[in-house]
Amino acid sequence: MSTPAHRRRTGGRVRATARRAWRTEGLARWILLVGLVVTTVFVLFALFAPWIAPYGFDQNSSDGVRFPKTSGPGPGHLLGTNDQFYDIFSRVVWGARTAVLVVVLSVVLSAVIGVLLGLVSGYLGGWFDRITVFLMDALYSFPSLLLAIVFSFMLRERIGGSILAAALSLTAIYIPQYFRVVRNTTVAARQATYVEAAEALGARPITVMRRYLLPNVTSSVPVIGTLNAADALGTLAALGFLGLGIPPNEAADWGYDLSRALDDVAAGDLGPALWPGLAIILLVTALTLVGEGLSETLNPTLRRPRRTAVVLPARPEEAP
Amino acid sequence: MSPASGSLPRYIAVRLLLVLPMMWVLLTMVFLLLRVAPGDPVTAAVGDKLGPEELAARRAALGLDRPLVVQYLEYLGDVARFDFGATISDRRPVLDIIANQGGATLTLTLGAFLFACAIGIPLGRLAGRRRDSALDAGIRLVGVVSYAAPIFWVGIMLVGLVVAYVPGWPTFGIADSETLYYVPDRTGILLLDALLANDGVSLVDILQHHVLPCFTLGLLLSGVIIRLVRINVIRALDEDYVEAARARGIPERRVVRRHAFRNALVPVITVIGLQFALTLSGAILTERTFNWPGLGNELVTYVTARDYVAVQGLVTFFALAIVVVSVLVDILNALVDPRVRY
Repeated sequence: MSTPAHRRRTGGRVRATARRAWRTEGLARWILLVGLVVTTVFVLFALFAPWIAPYGFDQNSSDGVRFPKTSGPGPGHLLGTNDQFYDIFSRVVWGARTAVLVVVLSVVLSAVIGVLLGLVSGYLGGWFDRITVFLMDALYSFPSLLLAIVFSFMLRERIGGSILAAALSLTAIYIPQYFRVVRNTTVAARQATYVEAAEALGARPITVMRRYLLPNVTSSVPVIGTLNAADALGTLAALGFLGLGIPPNEAADWGYDLSRALDDVAAGDLGPALWPGLAIILLVTALTLVGEGLSETLNPTLRRPRRTAVVLPARPEEAP
Repeated sequence: MSPASGSLPRYIAVRLLLVLPMMWVLLTMVFLLLRVAPGDPVTAAVGDKLGPEELAARRAALGLDRPLVVQYLEYLGDVARFDFGATISDRRPVLDIIANQGGATLTLTLGAFLFACAIGIPLGRLAGRRRDSALDAGIRLVGVVSYAAPIFWVGIMLVGLVVAYVPGWPTFGIADSETLYYVPDRTGILLLDALLANDGVSLVDILQHHVLPCFTLGLLLSGVIIRLVRINVIRALDEDYVEAARARGIPERRVVRRHAFRNALVPVITVIGLQFALTLSGAILTERTFNWPGLGNELVTYVTARDYVAVQGLVTFFALAIVVVSVLVDILNALVDPRVRY
């Protein structure tokens, strides 16, 4: 067996989803497309930051000449400079790299942990299930920003403020959402005939979970993932704004730049605050649109398939 | 559906009994996160200022040299007596912080709810009535953007606008320094103190300071209300009793106002309560943006100072508040909607 069966199935599912998304009609299709295009632009920024940004994210001089402090847009500095002598355009581009890295890391981690916990908890049931549900509910009832603050506070002592620390602080917040959905679907699917059949054939629990349950209980994970990505981005910015995110010499953080811009705005200069904020809004909105679009595309009760014109063969008697 | 299982007092009793395990789980989580996981709190907060013997003395005074199980039981006992400890860095009892700073957070969030309802209910109603029109699409877009825009960025931009177009309007803090000096502290809530002191000038000053932060936080919350009122108005307009009202020849405006809208508002009350977590997160950020002397601002200050006891005390207080609010919302919900009492 060269490719495991479940791997092949996953590939097929991605293709099927893409096909369905393409065939969907109306608003959902446009929402998805616009979201995907904007997200792609930011991902390109993230991937090619060193080539797109004219300067480094913590560069405050070039050729021995120091950049001006909080200057408006002008030659050499497309969007001006901020109070730390950094080039704002470069910070925005590099910030995309930080944001994409942190968000992808945290969403993947929380999805993997949440799905596995939910699957095991739902399949095994009993006291393990009860305790996990209780803990997850407690975690879920906590305000997400407060949790992120507590986690980043702890992690700072252990591993310092870094991209990894920021991603880990966000991970715990989103685990309960995957857990809930996967656990509840697993509990329902456990009674299904195909699971019973597999068990009757003597499949071990691990096989039942991996081969039979996993592909059937994870259908809503992509939607939760994209919506969480949008939320994680906002929380990352909030942590940065509170000064609990990533230090400015480690990476460019839009939230941190906004906290620095507070004094400039009070002095009447909106420039340093405008661009990082717009970047956050655009990416969060784009990710939300992708999530909403995906959920309408994947949910058959909401989907409106695109009608393609059917060319009927001409009737014989109408033919000349 | 026996009458006994559906009775209101029984539902409330069960709900109140569930408070204790819920609080226990949250408190245990806070303890695990803040006391077990990190290294030594005393060194983290004041390690660079004191010598090794003084540090050991501080540790002993806080009970940090005892086994974790003992510390855990002591923590639960302290919380049961409403003792949240005293900060390591400046030795303030956390309860004092809550009493002094809690009022500012309270008036901020209440003001924000007023703004949120004033913006969200009319817009949601309009969008629901004109479903799928350009107006509806526009209002929904406002809802999405109000969720996507970081609240602190909205606050910063509003400050910029006010500085440019309304010179002299206060943008930071809860009051001018003279007001803070003249208003006597009685209740811990500055707005109420000014009212009690019958000090009109101070009252106007404090209210002016409230406008910008409350509006900012209100915008964030209004997105939720718009969405909810819209969907409820749409649903209510589909109901048979609305159809019946139309059939009796009642004009559409009146149908919307008297029949659909009223029933659409009922769930809003409870959902507003359920948005407590969002409000708390929003309040922390708003307070930081406007240098508002509330609990969120205190929390971030102590996080930055790496003061574990202060952070633990404040987070514990927030956890208790979450449990209390969720119980109140559930009971309110049961009073309003008989279907809830299962």
